[in-house]
Amino acid sequence: MGCWGESLPIPHHPFTPLQPMIIDLQKFVSIERPHWRELESILDRLSNDSSFKPGLEQLKHFHYLYERTSADLAKITTFASEPETRRYLESLVARAYGEIHETRAKPHRVAPLHWFFNTFPQTFRRHVRSFWLALAITIVGSIFGGAVIVFDSDAKSVIMPFSHLQGDPRERVAREEQAAEDRLRGRKGTFSSFLMTHNTKVSILTLGLGMTWGVGTMIMLFYNGVILGAVAADYLLAGQPKFLAGWLLPHGSFEIPAILIAGQAGLVLGGALVGWSGRTSVKTRLRQISPDLVTLIFGVGIMLVWAGFVEAFLSQYHEPIIPYWAKISFGAVELCLLALFLSKSGRQPTEEAELQTRNQNFA
Amino acid sequence: MIRQGKTSTLLVRTPEGIVFSLILAGPVTRFLAWAVDMACIGALSSAVGTLLGFLGLLSPDLARGIIVLAYFVIQIGYGIILEWFWRGQTLGKRLLRLRVMDAQGLRLQFSQIVIRNLLRFVDMLPAFYLLGGIASLASRRAQRLGDFAANTIVVRNPKIQEPDLEQLLAGKFNSLREHPHLAARLHQRVSPGEARVALQGLIRRDELDAQARVELFGEIAAQFRSLVEFPPETIEGITDEQYVRNVVDILFRPQRSERQENLQTVPR
Repeated sequence: MGCWGESLPIPHHPFTPLQPMIIDLQKFVSIERPHWRELESILDRLSNDSSFKPGLEQLKHFHYLYERTSADLAKITTFASEPETRRYLESLVARAYGEIHETRAKPHRVAPLHWFFNTFPQTFRRHVRSFWLALAITIVGSIFGGAVIVFDSDAKSVIMPFSHLQGDPRERVAREEQAAEDRLRGRKGTFSSFLMTHNTKVSILTLGLGMTWGVGTMIMLFYNGVILGAVAADYLLAGQPKFLAGWLLPHGSFEIPAILIAGQAGLVLGGALVGWSGRTSVKTRLRQISPDLVTLIFGVGIMLVWAGFVEAFLSQYHEPIIPYWAKISFGAVELCLLALFLSKSGRQPTEEAELQTRNQNFA
Repeated sequence: MIRQGKTSTLLVRTPEGIVFSLILAGPVTRFLAWAVDMACIGALSSAVGTLLGFLGLLSPDLARGIIVLAYFVIQIGYGIILEWFWRGQTLGKRLLRLRVMDAQGLRLQFSQIVIRNLLRFVDMLPAFYLLGGIASLASRRAQRLGDFAANTIVVRNPKIQEPDLEQLLAGKFNSLREHPHLAARLHQRVSPGEARVALQGLIRRDELDAQARVELFGEIAAQFRSLVEFPPETIEGITDEQYVRNVVDILFRPQRSERQENLQTVPR
């Protein structure tokens, strides 16, 4: 072979020496082109029209076209080495391969109510162990934050990132209870939007940090717990438990679980990367959990929208405008409803049986 | 089954034994596509801000709140919505001919698109996509963290055109066809690799400098001459490039020899 040519490993027979062939490209293309075009049109229809459900005969024909085009690709790669036609065929084969070998369910029409009342709580329950772990990490962080404030009140300026939390709680309570005018007047909407977007960003980051094998997520959860525990300890030490509950419960009953669910998603992601159990590859594990991650983070987004409204329009108003008992009751009812929703909504008989089996095995 | 080639090409072997390649996009091209997308997001946000600004006449607070939300939704939703509706492409990716694909060549799922876009928040850390850029450079598949989590890759999606051999080769007298037995021998002795080099040389001849063009076709012609020797009177007066074109004509369009023979028998 020539110094600039590329030789192909053709099997050699002693009696019938084989030489690589060059096919008549134009003839080949003109004969095969109609089949390629037909395959291309079916692929276009499959990707553009989600309601298109081919029948058995159509599927057989589609498979035939895929195999024929694959054979053409093999032929042109071996005998003609013509890059443009080869690339065209590769793109067709790649697309058809994706359609034929895809075993995951094709996305169905959008059903938001079904998703909210069934898919979201079911997904939450499927990964509930990650949620308990997220809660445990947050509680540990809270205990740490609370202990720091109890034993070293000077640490407040280091732990608390918000300037309005660094003053004396008694002074703040007195100031807000005696406020003659609405300090959020004319900016409740902006404040609410800011809270929604900020908390959603934090939640997405908490999920995304699952890519550090879950370590980043754990740090985020722990840090959130530290702030929460420090604030709670600060107000309790100042003798303001009623104000604290009335201030935090209305929005916190949704906001804190939302961050915990984001942490749950991050831990699920980290768990898939670590792969504690099973012999499946990391790619397979990630593929299995990706719809669940999306479900959880969309659920978190909805919860944070609600929490943003409540924080801007209710949580920042205290006695005498809104009695503490009303705010605390509102928050408690929210928390109960949320717990009921996440534990019961969309529960299937199969899910019950699965849980019972798991409990029996555990016992 | 998927295996990784040495270059930036991902080879996918189907269960039928067919191998097809996907050309992975490099970080620079992806960064340019991202810059275009950022410009689009900026323009879109500005347009929405101007439109919603009129709400300020009713309630400035409501207008500001909606604008804050709209910016956020555009920032996150831009990539998700466009990649879903354009099957893995945003405006920037379209311009630079890139496409997001499933890493195993399967159909791209909505959840994959959402995850790769949400994880931009991590890839962007600490600034200017530093983490994502490092991950992309370190990854054999040029995947940032979002791509890794979503099991996606970004591939180059060049415009695919069938070669116009008719325009390249037709309408020119081919003196080599006067010797069908030598043409057949040439067809037998030239390897597909050699034929490919010659064909690509002709297709891209206008991209070459004059000197490089002469040298390239001289080298190719010398190789073909070493394989089959045509009578001197047949190749007399034709340049190396014409000689190569005639050889390619014989190699890729052998049926013309019969046609040409028929034409030659017709008295003019």
